Amino acid sequence: MTGMPAVSRHEHSPAHPLAIHDMTVAYHRKPVLWDVDFDIPEGNLVGIIGPNGAGKSTLIKAVLDLMPKASGEVMIYGRPYREQSQRVAYVPQRESVDWDFPVSALDVVTMGRYGRIGWCRPVSRLHREAARSALDQVGMADYAERQIRQLSGGQQQRVFLARALAQEADLYFMDEPFAGVDAATEKVIVALLRRLREDGKTVLVVHHDLQTVADYFDWVIMLNMRVVAVGPTGSVFTRDNLHKTYGGRLTLLDEAAEAVARSPQ
Amino acid sequence: MPDRRNDMMVEFPWDDLRRLTGLADYNTRVVLLGSLLLGLVSGAVGSFMVLRKRAMISDVVSHAALPGIVAAFMVLTVLGGDGKSWLALLTGALISGLLGMAAVHAITTHARVKQDAALGVVLSVFFGAGVVLLGFTQRMKSGSSAGLESFIYGKTASMLASDAWLLAGSALAATVICLAFFKEFRLVCFDAEFARAQGWPVRRVDALLTGLVVVVTVIGLQAVGLILMIALLITPAVTARFWTDRLGSMVIIASGLGALACVTGAALSALYPRVPAGSVIVLSCSTLFLIGLLFGRRRGLVPEAWRRIRLAARTERHHVLRAVYEQWEQRGVQGFHAHAGTGSVLVSAGDLAAVRRWSEARLQRVLREAAADGDVELDAWPLVRLTSRGMSHARQLVRNHRLWEWYLIQHAEVDPHHVDRDADEIEHVLGAAMVRELEATLPGRLSGAELPSSPHPLTDTEEAGWRKGPA
Repeated sequence: MTGMPAVSRHEHSPAHPLAIHDMTVAYHRKPVLWDVDFDIPEGNLVGIIGPNGAGKSTLIKAVLDLMPKASGEVMIYGRPYREQSQRVAYVPQRESVDWDFPVSALDVVTMGRYGRIGWCRPVSRLHREAARSALDQVGMADYAERQIRQLSGGQQQRVFLARALAQEADLYFMDEPFAGVDAATEKVIVALLRRLREDGKTVLVVHHDLQTVADYFDWVIMLNMRVVAVGPTGSVFTRDNLHKTYGGRLTLLDEAAEAVARSPQ
Repeated sequence: MPDRRNDMMVEFPWDDLRRLTGLADYNTRVVLLGSLLLGLVSGAVGSFMVLRKRAMISDVVSHAALPGIVAAFMVLTVLGGDGKSWLALLTGALISGLLGMAAVHAITTHARVKQDAALGVVLSVFFGAGVVLLGFTQRMKSGSSAGLESFIYGKTASMLASDAWLLAGSALAATVICLAFFKEFRLVCFDAEFARAQGWPVRRVDALLTGLVVVVTVIGLQAVGLILMIALLITPAVTARFWTDRLGSMVIIASGLGALACVTGAALSALYPRVPAGSVIVLSCSTLFLIGLLFGRRRGLVPEAWRRIRLAARTERHHVLRAVYEQWEQRGVQGFHAHAGTGSVLVSAGDLAAVRRWSEARLQRVLREAAADGDVELDAWPLVRLTSRGMSHARQLVRNHRLWEWYLIQHAEVDPHHVDRDADEIEHVLGAAMVRELEATLPGRLSGAELPSSPHPLTDTEEAGWRKGPA
């Protein structure tokens, strides 16, 4: 109990919605994210930015146990993800599903309630109403019965957001919700993000448009195979950090990753 | 003699049909019931499999089942049994079917072979082994292997009531499971990654679905045959998609189609024992598929073509109404053949043909359609009378057209000389919400139902038309 002084690493507070400790993620044994280590405090809109191949989606997928971690650990409100999955909502990239699937917009949003409904139980009216109100919040109430293929790209994105809203989670992960959407949808999403923040939710958003970062996000995670910088947008989103994030990949990191992939087990 | 033979050929087996329709024969009755349930469950399970994009698994299972069937027969014969115990044969089929799937899984995870290639390799190796084993059984002293081929081509007529009861029971159980996990299957088939993030054990749901496919495939082997079993799983599901955009109705329709095909096959096989039920089932499925492909309400080719034709016709009617309105607007009432007292607007058909540069036949056809709508009256031909209903309709069309033109000029920087054609394309699909948005983008220009002026001179097209004259 006595003796050893406190570890030099900072403490990961259980109150934090997301705490990542020394996480490395590999794809086919090739590391794509090195030593990620940060905490996100509650009630913030957090932008995740970085060039293509920086590992932005990978970061989210590793946190959500959708990809195996090579090392490190992730805590959601102080506990592992599998115990907290009901407090987390996920908005995948729009292209990740087949929009020709025979379901209506309301059906898709109702899927956000399945976790609460549980195995083999039918969807009750209560859950259906919750889904409908989530659709209403993204301005899609009129399209509830449409087959999802008949929706525009922006409308499809809003359906995905409504599905996450229907989960009534505390922590949200959104993978490029602004990609390829119309101006009206962008406005809806921004308003939605701000409402979530007012309600004390924490939202992590993979984002591409650097022009709007300072406008939309309180915090920013700057990523390029490793965390270049993380913190409040005002102090972290600087020219210097942007240069480090986008100014070419670290060739040594690339070579090391290749070497790990090639090495015999 | 030849005549008599001919008579025998065409003589319809009324007695058999009566036996069948009256369901007098216990054996036939049970076989029909089993086939019906097999069709139902195949449609339901097949729908999910097609949507999960794993339909080909069934083909591997059915082909991989053959060595298991033959091996089970050999073991039974050696042990002194009759070698035809359906349950034992299907157990053999189940085991080797699962082995085949395990082989695919092992190949794709441990070797760098893509799944489709692995499926092909495993399928043919197992089937080949089965055929070789079948060759051995024909040389065995004891036991008769005759009838094992019915697993290859499918033959409901050779089924006993006890076999059929087993088939019916398994199919019913599989249907119940399918319904119980409907919600989970829908979630995993649509977005497996989201399901996993939400904490659903996607692998186990997938395993359950695959298990259902294996069971349905194995119990369907004798009725449909292993070569064609895949068709019973896929075709009804794909056909149902032509008729609906909802998963629930897709499953119901696919089940109905599967049941229809299976009952047809089993009934024909009962009437004509030499007709292989499997082929009839698959041919019935294919016929239903063709009907769906052509006439399916949601995606059938004919309804889609019909919708296109109707849209094109509507567009033409809009064009002619707009032409009438703009001529009237431009020249004023006195320039036209306005009949005092009637209040309706009369326009010469020749002028309209000139404005749109249409042939007279085409103009007449479009005008007749517009007359059927009640927008125009052709009682004063070659003058065209715009009714009051047509007047307000035309005004609305002109308004939408000009709103869009002004929008293009102001916000999309389109040249005013080109804007007419661009607007032509879009005005017919403008919804009420878009019109409201358009009005909002043109501040100060419009209030209420006010009509904007045309951004380009209307005489351009018109005078060119006048000079050329109608065709």
